[in-house]
Amino acid sequence: MIPLSAYVALSAILFMTGLVGVLIRRNFIVVLMSVEIMLNAANINLVAFSHYLHSMAGQMAALFIIAVAAAEAAVGLAMIIVVFRGKMATNVDQINILKW
Amino acid sequence: MMWLLFIYFATVSIVAGVLTVALRNAVYCALALLTLLLHVAGLFVLLNAEFLFAVQIIVYAGAILILYLFVLMLMNLKTEEQHLHKKYAFLLFAGTGVFGELLILLLQSPYDGAVGTATPDVILQTGPSHAIGITMFSDYLLLFEVIGIFLLGAVIGAIVLAKTPAKADPQDPAHIPMP
Repeated sequence: MIPLSAYVALSAILFMTGLVGVLIRRNFIVVLMSVEIMLNAANINLVAFSHYLHSMAGQMAALFIIAVAAAEAAVGLAMIIVVFRGKMATNVDQINILKW
Repeated sequence: MMWLLFIYFATVSIVAGVLTVALRNAVYCALALLTLLLHVAGLFVLLNAEFLFAVQIIVYAGAILILYLFVLMLMNLKTEEQHLHKKYAFLLFAGTGVFGELLILLLQSPYDGAVGTATPDVILQTGPSHAIGITMFSDYLLLFEVIGIFLLGAVIGAIVLAKTPAKADPQDPAHIPMP
């Protein structure tokens, strides 16, 4: 029997990988992919707790997270297309017109 | 056997996650993300969540990742010399520090709480998909409707954002030019 802490440690590792990816990458699309890694880490955590605490609530939350991830990908990629059309760039440090 | 599968899925997930963050070409990053998603789906099977396994493969690997690949192919980006941030060593250090503290806190936690009624025996009587369907359409019905409206809004927003702006027509007085 795998202990719950193994799943929690795995999810922490994946979450930090995604967070570091958001911080260090310059390509906006890869930044969005790192956000997907973080959402997946949260999903592992929720499903593991749902399994070990005998409740369906975690699986429902994971399902809703997947739906939100789909919406986030659609809107984020549409924004990238708009910015790319105007500036021909997907680097996050070139997209700084809203910076004050 | 469970341990073997868990170690395989966990190792490949972590390696694929690191590759997603570290690889230079964005298309390779997307393929590493695909590997990560498929192995996380395998972890869901180990946790008796077959419905989520199917949703993960169909929605994540099938729909979301294809969307990413479409946009990547559409833009036809050149691989850059510098794909990481200039000060990435500091950020890596900060991330590792936060991760160490997180891991210490997690491994000290007791992990107990109120145990629910959906034990594996109860779920296996009718099947996991039946159990999750009953839960979704009884306790979480309002949230289910809200997520439907939310997805509709997201789709409309994405279409409006990505639409090609109309050419300004000076002959048309009703036309309001886009800034």
